[in-house]
Amino acid sequence: MSVTKPLPHDSAKLHVTGTARYVDDIPVPADCLHLAFGLSDIACGSIQSINLDAVRAAPGVTSVWLAGDLPTDCDCSPSVHDEPLLSDGQIHYLGQPVFLVAATSHTAARHAARLGQIEYSPEPALLTIEDAYLAGSQFGDAPRIWERGTAAPAIYAAAHVIEGVLDMGGQEHFYLESQAAMVMPQDGGDMLVHSSTQHPSEIQHKVAHALDIPMHAVQVETRRMGGGFGGKESQGNALAISCAVVAAATGRPAKMRYDRDDDFTITGKRHDFQIRYRVGTDESGRIEGAEFLQLARCGWAQDLSFPVADRAMLHTDNAYFLPNVRIESHRLKTNTQSATAFRGFGGPQGMLGIERVMDHIAHTLGQDPLAVRRVNFYDTPETQSGRTSTPYGQEVDDFVLDELVTKLADQCDYSIRREAAAQWNETNPVLKRGIALTPVKFGISFTLTHLNQAGALVHVYQDGSIQLNHGGTEMGQGLFQKVAQVAASRFGVPIETIKITATDTGKVPNTSATAASSGSDLNGMAVKAACDTIRDRMATHLGKNVQFEGGSVVVDGSAIPFAEAAKRCYESRISLSATGFYKTPKLEWNPETGQGRPFFYFAYGAACSEVVIDTLTGENRILRTDIIHDAGASLNPVLDIGQVEGGFVQGAGWLTTEELIWDDKGRLRTHAPSTYKIPACSDRPDIFNVSLWDGQNTEDTIYRSKAVGEPPFMLGIAVLMALSDAVGACGDIYADLNAPATPERILKAVQKVRDGI
Amino acid sequence: MNITFLLNGESVELTNVSPETTLLNWLRDTRGLKGTKEGCNEGDCGACTVMVTETGSSKALNACILLLPQLHGKAIRTVEGLATNGGLHPVQDALITHHGSQCGFCTPGIAVSMAVAHLNGDTEHDDALAGNLCRCTGYAPIIRAAISAQESPKITYPETDPDFFCPPISSGGAEGRGADSPPPPVSSPTSSDDLADLYLKTPDATLIAGATDVGLWVTKQFRPIAPAIFLNRCRDMQHIDVSEDSIRIGAGVTMDRVLSLMADHHPSYAEMIRRYGSTQVRNAATIGGNVANGSPIGDNPPALIALGATLHLRQGDTRRFLPIEDFYIEYGKQDRQPGEFVEAVSIPRQPDRLRVYKLSKRFDQDISAVCGAFDITVSDGTITNARIAFGGMAGTPKRAAHVEQALTGQPWTEDIIARSWDAWEQDFAPMSDMRASADYRLTSARNLLSRYFLDDMGAATSVLEVKP
Repeated sequence: MSVTKPLPHDSAKLHVTGTARYVDDIPVPADCLHLAFGLSDIACGSIQSINLDAVRAAPGVTSVWLAGDLPTDCDCSPSVHDEPLLSDGQIHYLGQPVFLVAATSHTAARHAARLGQIEYSPEPALLTIEDAYLAGSQFGDAPRIWERGTAAPAIYAAAHVIEGVLDMGGQEHFYLESQAAMVMPQDGGDMLVHSSTQHPSEIQHKVAHALDIPMHAVQVETRRMGGGFGGKESQGNALAISCAVVAAATGRPAKMRYDRDDDFTITGKRHDFQIRYRVGTDESGRIEGAEFLQLARCGWAQDLSFPVADRAMLHTDNAYFLPNVRIESHRLKTNTQSATAFRGFGGPQGMLGIERVMDHIAHTLGQDPLAVRRVNFYDTPETQSGRTSTPYGQEVDDFVLDELVTKLADQCDYSIRREAAAQWNETNPVLKRGIALTPVKFGISFTLTHLNQAGALVHVYQDGSIQLNHGGTEMGQGLFQKVAQVAASRFGVPIETIKITATDTGKVPNTSATAASSGSDLNGMAVKAACDTIRDRMATHLGKNVQFEGGSVVVDGSAIPFAEAAKRCYESRISLSATGFYKTPKLEWNPETGQGRPFFYFAYGAACSEVVIDTLTGENRILRTDIIHDAGASLNPVLDIGQVEGGFVQGAGWLTTEELIWDDKGRLRTHAPSTYKIPACSDRPDIFNVSLWDGQNTEDTIYRSKAVGEPPFMLGIAVLMALSDAVGACGDIYADLNAPATPERILKAVQKVRDGI
Repeated sequence: MNITFLLNGESVELTNVSPETTLLNWLRDTRGLKGTKEGCNEGDCGACTVMVTETGSSKALNACILLLPQLHGKAIRTVEGLATNGGLHPVQDALITHHGSQCGFCTPGIAVSMAVAHLNGDTEHDDALAGNLCRCTGYAPIIRAAISAQESPKITYPETDPDFFCPPISSGGAEGRGADSPPPPVSSPTSSDDLADLYLKTPDATLIAGATDVGLWVTKQFRPIAPAIFLNRCRDMQHIDVSEDSIRIGAGVTMDRVLSLMADHHPSYAEMIRRYGSTQVRNAATIGGNVANGSPIGDNPPALIALGATLHLRQGDTRRFLPIEDFYIEYGKQDRQPGEFVEAVSIPRQPDRLRVYKLSKRFDQDISAVCGAFDITVSDGTITNARIAFGGMAGTPKRAAHVEQALTGQPWTEDIIARSWDAWEQDFAPMSDMRASADYRLTSARNLLSRYFLDDMGAATSVLEVKP
């Protein structure tokens, strides 16, 4: 059977030969126009005057648009209609698009876009979490508060009370392919859109709205993205809308791709958070009550910040039972880029809070942090301890972490190496080692319940070849191959029989974003449904006892080649095309009260990382990482391991080298890879052992597999905790290391621990 | 300027090339070769990596900041040209087998970097790939692919034969300007004499060696660079002469060659250069460019100052020699006359006591927050001479004169490090920016003196040398 096979990525050969086509590689007619935005130079205020004479006179420029020239407000927001494509006169962040240039080349458009003369009436900008929190600048009428039990009295009564503040930075997606879109105008004002997007239906919806035409007049196609990571869930809207507006106005094709600096400056990033915590524990370190204040910097527009901040709240517990807990979440509005989806979608931020708490408890009580983690773990239902319910009321009924962590700690010699690190630290004055083992429990499903649906379209041709389409998009994660493996398994044919086709709103409508790790779960099931419909029709026609296996259809014990069977069905006028549909069962969730079952199931994993730091400079390195990750019964173990390795390194990058810095004017100073440092090749751990947990999903998912896109990202938390452990070797006080743990932050933490204040 | 080069084995002749056209744009927009990708347009991500071969020697370079006039007489091979006789290159096969691609956008550049390393027998994969960013895989499968491809036989191309005579080199001068839309003047002299003559006549020209900085003026700032003088054909400026007294390095020597050179003479300097830019950047960047550019965060000047290097300046036929630290007057201002250029730098031969420490957020391919170079002579437990210089601590690369003074004549003990504390603030008042705060810069700079001391005592001080 094709599923479970370690097949390479479907486009691997195209990737390595440079023939995989991305939006900017699609040949365009010679009259194609190229677009660029003129950006605001201030973070907050209003526009006094605009002089675009120099822009219009620049070589190659054909036309220029201001907000007033657009057919509608061309709103770009995926949520609450608060993002006009071009400034309506108000400026909300430095880098906001003010005007749109069309020119005969990409370079000409970019160059001309710099020539606008705009005068502003600046106003004070709110840039930081502190600024916005003190000013009460937030989205929504009030902070969202979820409670279970009574946290404050429980903390008051506890043997130990631990409190602290954790700051964590945001993260730029740094997909290698920057945002891009291209629109070809069609008959009668229809638009064909090629977009590097995780959400073709949203592009369709927003383009239709911008041009005030029905969605049926807009077709969006996405073959692949050069990376997405959440950054292409909503941030591609502006480019596709711009191209459509220009195509509609001129009748010419239009293409827009952001130069890397523009991409950094314009688009949203991961939300940075401050988490303030206060917990009470018993003598063993077990939490009796916990309070969290989560402050999320959302930027100027709402975008997806509400579900992101909700997911942070939903991962406040991570793997730990919190009997009494209060979580208060503020969604702060600032004059910065509108923060958006990024792998984990708030989950990593919420989870980092409780992981910091675990280390802080362990330090306070003088215990091994892993022991503290384990004593706080959820129990399995068999124990009947009552410690199986999340703060939001969902039961954790398949908690494998106790077992998984035992196996990991054993395999990687956690205890022995912890002892060895301590000995090293005794004898080395300058270089200190640290080690940490942290778990991940991540909820799988969109928390906006209606998004948990998917469609598929499958055609079997009369020669037995099969064309596959579904609503999921390919951004490198291997979704297309995993889903093709499902189709090949249903029909019992080799993978080569299946043709994977570009995501297309004309083939499968009303799709959800490929996000929330849901791609294989949702689309795999939808494809299975479509395949089974065709299979049933074929079987009914061909006879009784029909099986599809080994490239053949076996009817009453005699095998007919699949192609022959398809031909026979065709000639007998059997429909060989079907749609499939799937909606995730069992979900019921009320975000207002914070109660219900937001998740179909949980994905689990754990990582142990060992690091070394230089106490003179703060320089640091990951020496070794061991991971066991739960992908259920993996559809494709090599693709899943690829997600785990890549997710871990990306998570470690978030917490170490990746630092976003805005100056006091609100200008992002880390706006290119020269200044913003994602992990490079040598930053991966020297020793990097990754394996999959041998188990299957207890819920009825596609072949009992589990989602694997986002959960491994949070395995990177082990690195921050190991760095904190190493800093802790310099003295007696707790090393409350903030993220990203750059050399500078580490050196500062070392000094603090050494000074004991 | 008219140029001729080989592209994937085919001869290409271009007339009237603009000095501002990058190879990447030409490949994608004019030639229709879409395999080479634009990831950052500034030479930091490697998605545009191509193989460039000259007299049999092949290097990986970033096409996004490679300007067409630099290509004259060279052979370019893009990802489309890696496969031979219908079969994939072994590194391409290995990338498939080991699942080294996910989104695939960085992959063409990775494949080319790997192919160049494979051809050159280079098995330091982390270094070969330091200039190729991948956001999906976490690099582990790419390295597994690189290791597995090591075993495969080398793939050669016609141009990689040292005896292969590249395209007929027909021209290279400033002739052939178009009539209707004259391109900006561009020239490519073939000797330092010609350069001296030309630059004297056009002192406002932009001198371009590797274009790792000027390339960004073009791609990011839209700064006109004409009149442009390309230096890469001045062969006589690419010599390294090691004599009994000195090491003379021509201004046109690329940093990959400085790395090899320093490995023999000052290994700590070489180790710093290993982290300077990336393979692609070191293959293009020249020592002359890095020195003459005057950036306060250039990584060569601190080491050269600590080594007591001399700068060779030339204006027409007039040459003068300057202790390198005297070249840097203030931020953005060097002691260089109109029409004068850096011809070479020479380092006195000396016993190796040099340590160069580069601090940055990321080890590889990052610009220094602080780069410190120490050369301290101790005789019978007493410091007899100290040369200390820093980048990133002032508006120019700067010598730590007060610290040197505080050390000289003192016993070489941990005590003296503490006693030099105040001298640091007399030497440096660094600024805060996105790379580091002033406080971190000053604190870590002081601590680097401790590192030098501990290094000297044989203590472990580098996290890069710790084994798991």
